[in-house]
Amino acid sequence: MNLRSPGPRDTRGLRRALLHLVLALVAALYLSPLVYMVSTSFKTREGSGSTEPQWIPDPFSTGAYREILTSADSPILTWFANSLIAATGHAALVLVTAAPAAYALARLRFRGRGAIFTTVVATLFVPPVVLLIPNFLIVNELAWVDSLPAVIVPAAAGAFGVFFLRQFFLTLPGELEEAAELDGCNRWQIFTAVVLPLARPALVTLFLLSFLTNWNDFLWPIYVLLSPDSLTLPAGLGNFQGANSIRYDLLMAGAVIASLPVIALYLVAQRWVIEGISRSGLKG
Amino acid sequence: MTGPAPREEGAPPAGGDGRPVTVLERPGRPSGAAGPAAGGATRRMRWWTPYAFLAPYLALFAVFMVLPIGFGFWTSLHEWDVNLPAKPFVGLENYTELFDPSSVDGGRFWLAMRATGIFTLFSVPLLIVLPLLVALLMNGRFRGRNLYRAVYFAPYVLGVAVVGFLWRFLLDGNIGLVNHYLGLDVQWTTDVPPAWVALVGVTVWWTLGLNAVIFLAGLQDIPRELHEAAMVDGASAWRRFRAVTLPGLRPVTVFVVNATILASANMFGQSYLITAGAPADQTKTAIYLIAETGLRQFDMGTASAMSFILAACLMAASALVFGAFRDRSAR
Repeated sequence: MNLRSPGPRDTRGLRRALLHLVLALVAALYLSPLVYMVSTSFKTREGSGSTEPQWIPDPFSTGAYREILTSADSPILTWFANSLIAATGHAALVLVTAAPAAYALARLRFRGRGAIFTTVVATLFVPPVVLLIPNFLIVNELAWVDSLPAVIVPAAAGAFGVFFLRQFFLTLPGELEEAAELDGCNRWQIFTAVVLPLARPALVTLFLLSFLTNWNDFLWPIYVLLSPDSLTLPAGLGNFQGANSIRYDLLMAGAVIASLPVIALYLVAQRWVIEGISRSGLKG
Repeated sequence: MTGPAPREEGAPPAGGDGRPVTVLERPGRPSGAAGPAAGGATRRMRWWTPYAFLAPYLALFAVFMVLPIGFGFWTSLHEWDVNLPAKPFVGLENYTELFDPSSVDGGRFWLAMRATGIFTLFSVPLLIVLPLLVALLMNGRFRGRNLYRAVYFAPYVLGVAVVGFLWRFLLDGNIGLVNHYLGLDVQWTTDVPPAWVALVGVTVWWTLGLNAVIFLAGLQDIPRELHEAAMVDGASAWRRFRAVTLPGLRPVTVFVVNATILASANMFGQSYLITAGAPADQTKTAIYLIAETGLRQFDMGTASAMSFILAACLMAASALVFGAFRDRSAR
């Protein structure tokens, strides 16, 4: 079939309707599980275990939230705070360390620049699994096991942030920096007063991606954080599930609580997150 | 604020056509845009200034990236328990034991490698074809396009823990919605092969949107003129797909295939949360076993050796992908 000629108006309309039908069906496959998660979080213990699907909770209950928020086994507010501190701290650390390094690699000339850049980029190809055991040993030497620095610091050594920002800095026009230099600014002043403001979109994107990656990280925190009060939200819920495998009302309430911040962030910054990821190919 | 930052990047980091990553070659930019600035920048700079800019990151890089790679290999040559003072050097013994399928560790390891292999083999094709189809459907201007994109992408943002809990519930053999609506009575979480269907299906649901937006970005980078020229030549839609779209997507595809193989081969959370390795460790993946061996049983020498064998397999797989795509371009 030749798509070149638009054809009669009604075939185009039909094709468009078909497109929307397919996309809407797929969207339903995505939304309905999430709706059911929220719905179940407002059920009673009995309601959540019912064999008949129940999309609207009957009776409606906030009992699961009350139980999970007050139970001593699941200090979920502590986990929430831990996750917030860890994700914010990690994203900030990535920006503070990667931005100047990326700037130096993009703009400054110095001995060893090529070798340093090649080495850093080469580690993008190292399968992260080889870091798991030795980084645990290093974190253990630093006495960070079971504390938040363990989930904030090591991952900031990843090359992604430096690589991502360096690419962005290379796209900035150099004239403004030259003008600032003629005005007598030193390198640090040029970097903070000229380059960083221009790079704000890239910095925001990197912050969001780092925050999300850290917030959702699962494998590392469940092995490096041990006592109930030091866990992050996914790690805490992971243990919690092991102990209460049948309490789906509690589990779904926990999942909803864990989703709230990222959903909020996603609603506000959806476009930045998606385009940042699609252009950088970040893979979690 | 307009769009997000790196709008101009044509090729993803992995260096589309198999070359090493060369960010300096940026097609479409005035040549020397970076040059004069880089040159001018050196004039008033102390020799140590660049190193001062680099120092904080390089400190992290040295301690948590370079050191562990060497240290991990060193560990794999020892019988290493973090709680025991004696860590005797055993040479390649950890490796030879793993390559002996009749040993305890070797048996467990290859069962886990098999699980990783099965999962990768079945998840990667679906995670390429389905996202590509979705991206093709969305590659046009129509009302609601960004809304669909946001919906398909949402599970990825939620993370593996939430997605794992949710599907553990929906796949419950007794009260799960999946069995109810499909009219089945299948134990998705404790029985193979259903557990593989569940793990692959959940993973597709979780990361389809990720690959789809990457493909979509790639589709939008294909110059419109190429399609128009093909249309003027009277090429059919299918022929244009084969002759314009697929070749134009090649760099993005190499990247997506590679990244998806790596992600699938590192599958952990789904297995941990949905099947817990059941039945009889058949769905316990290699990285799951490595974490359990090294960080629960503290047999870190064996776990490190396992991780280097797994890493070697992954790097071989990457090399195969790059090779396969290079051959196709040579034809």
